[in-house]
Amino acid sequence: MAYLELKNVYKTYGEGANQTEVLSNINLSIEEGEFVAIVGFTGSGKTTLVNLINGLLRPTSGEVLFKGKRVVDTSHERGVIFQNYSLLPWLTVGQNVFMAVREAYPKKDKSFLKKRVSEYVDMVGLTPAINKRPKELSGGMRQRVAVARALAMNPEMIIMDEPLGALDALTRGNLQDEILNIWSQDKRTALLITNDVDEGIYMADRIIPLKPGPKATLGPEFKIEIDRPRDKTALNDNLNFKKTRNAIIEYLMDIGESRKSSSSEEFKLPEVSPKSFVA
Amino acid sequence: MGQEIILKQGQNSSFLKPLLLKLTSRFQKKSVLSSLKKTGITVLSILLFLGLWHLGSKALYNKEASFKIEKALTERGQAAADAERDCIASGESSCQPNTLPSPAQVWSSLQSLIADHKVITADKAAFSAKMADVNAKLIAKGKDAIVYTGRASFIDIVLTSIKTVFAGFLLALLIAVPIGIIIGLSPSLRSAFNWFIQVFKPVSPVVWYLLVFMIVKTLYIGDSTDNAFVISFISVGLCAMWATLVNTAMGVSSVDKDYINVAKVLKLGTFQKVFKVILPSSLPLIFTGLRITLSVAWMVLIAIELLAQSQGLGLFVWEEFQNGANDSNAKIIVAMFVIGIIGFLLDRLMLTVQNGVSFNKNEAV
Ligand SMILES: Nc1ncnc2c1ncn2[C@@H]1O[C@H](COP(=O)(O)OP(=O)(O)OP(=O)(O)O)[C@@H](O)[C@H]1O
Ligand SMILES: [Mg+2]
Repeated sequence: MAYLELKNVYKTYGEGANQTEVLSNINLSIEEGEFVAIVGFTGSGKTTLVNLINGLLRPTSGEVLFKGKRVVDTSHERGVIFQNYSLLPWLTVGQNVFMAVREAYPKKDKSFLKKRVSEYVDMVGLTPAINKRPKELSGGMRQRVAVARALAMNPEMIIMDEPLGALDALTRGNLQDEILNIWSQDKRTALLITNDVDEGIYMADRIIPLKPGPKATLGPEFKIEIDRPRDKTALNDNLNFKKTRNAIIEYLMDIGESRKSSSSEEFKLPEVSPKSFVA
Repeated sequence: MGQEIILKQGQNSSFLKPLLLKLTSRFQKKSVLSSLKKTGITVLSILLFLGLWHLGSKALYNKEASFKIEKALTERGQAAADAERDCIASGESSCQPNTLPSPAQVWSSLQSLIADHKVITADKAAFSAKMADVNAKLIAKGKDAIVYTGRASFIDIVLTSIKTVFAGFLLALLIAVPIGIIIGLSPSLRSAFNWFIQVFKPVSPVVWYLLVFMIVKTLYIGDSTDNAFVISFISVGLCAMWATLVNTAMGVSSVDKDYINVAKVLKLGTFQKVFKVILPSSLPLIFTGLRITLSVAWMVLIAIELLAQSQGLGLFVWEEFQNGANDSNAKIIVAMFVIGIIGFLLDRLMLTVQNGVSFNKNEAV
């Protein structure tokens, strides 16, 4: 039995005439300790998929099973890094993280909680900004707070919705390593949503493309057979890396092309012939 | 002068200190030049206003005066008309035209009101000194002390009004915020309360007063204490609370979905969710409501005090109007300015508090 399993999951938004089927027949299974990345175009339904897994949304039909049990609610076992950071603007960086840590460790005393907060804030390099409010931070800094908040709760499974999108290459690399570090400790399971194929290859065991919506489905998976720990600089010369990367990009470009051609088909011009006004 | 009094009060109460500090530091940050320009424009517009007022009141005065002389002429002949003209010119108070007073008259009225306040205060002090012994004996015997029951001075009247507004505001806050939170949290309660809010929101202050009067009168049956104050502050509160009720309910029911998702993912308990997520995120709207409530409270106060015969500005204005003494009109204008200036200061106060609690500094108006 898989650790996380999605069986014939459909998700539609809206009612009646406004109904749109965003996800269609999604089947996915992730083993314990695996790191899976999902790449997809914008608007294809990646966030919807994440919310189905973390328990914020329920599928229209089909089921989401976590450790064999149907997901009906959110759980501390599944930590989430939201795409739009979702920090509480009236709390400082430290308070945002503290709130999460206190919920995750209800029995621990305050000094433990405080230590954990400063540890994780330090990990994302925000100690100087610990007393600042989200408004005073850059987009990348906010994203790092969101990472610290999710990881400080010590979840069994980490679900990340484009967590590093707004970061510069250097910070991005550092945080990728931090996330990999935390993932490999105590054999956690991770699901990463990303639009960066290189990031997926560097971090994941498998990459699964999500086809463009509406009625998005998952494409064929690509296994990344590169030994860990992976070396970013050496990766560029790795034959396996090049092969996988080209295959994925080719696939994505193909479905991107077919999306374009299929959408232009719908706008066929009506047959019009000039009328003669001369009697 | 009213302005000065309020500021002095503010300096005495320590809770205002941080606000005042904030205000001053904000002023310092601005460039001196632009603030000078701003002050210049304000002063200029005030002078322009006073000038227009002066000219207007002069025109009205002349019209009223010629009407009076004309009337004397047609009713009692030339001699009476001449006498009337001389009387008006001499400044004799009995025959002054009764019309819009000029700025100068209003100013002197204000000074006479303040002088009157000093006299009454001295009176009061003398009275309590005189009665100290008697009262001590009365209290020792277990009887009520004799208190000063003379005329209230203008300053006392203003203070009574401020007290009424604050008591009413507090009542509105205590009723509207909790109910707003509760109906904001529950959609079914919201629809249950909706008709109630829609029906009672537009009810006029006069009707609120009558409603409160019916109830309080019955509750206080057989009690000799003066309940005008109680009736007026309850009416003010009930009349003004709707903006806060509606805004609180709206703020609580429309919390950003992202924050709710955070609360769900962190699995916050109901208490934590309400106090750590929902309330902070709706505070800006709640304070906008409170600000409206305070200004409405101050606005309806005059009408309600008048009806309730509470010793405040409303009654003062009404009594001066009935009184029709020579400087009554000028006193009414003084009261009008005091009401306006205090209303303005109250609004500033609320705005400062509102900016203080708002996490979204650039959004606050
Ligand atoms: N609450 C909702 N109600 C109706 N439609 C929605 C809702 N949430 C998302 N959608 C629609 O579902 C589709 C997928 O949205 P989703 O946010 O899952 O995309 P995404 O892949 O995460 O996009 P992005 O890469 O921009 O984050 C979009 O067309 C969006 O308009
Ligand atoms: Mg998304």
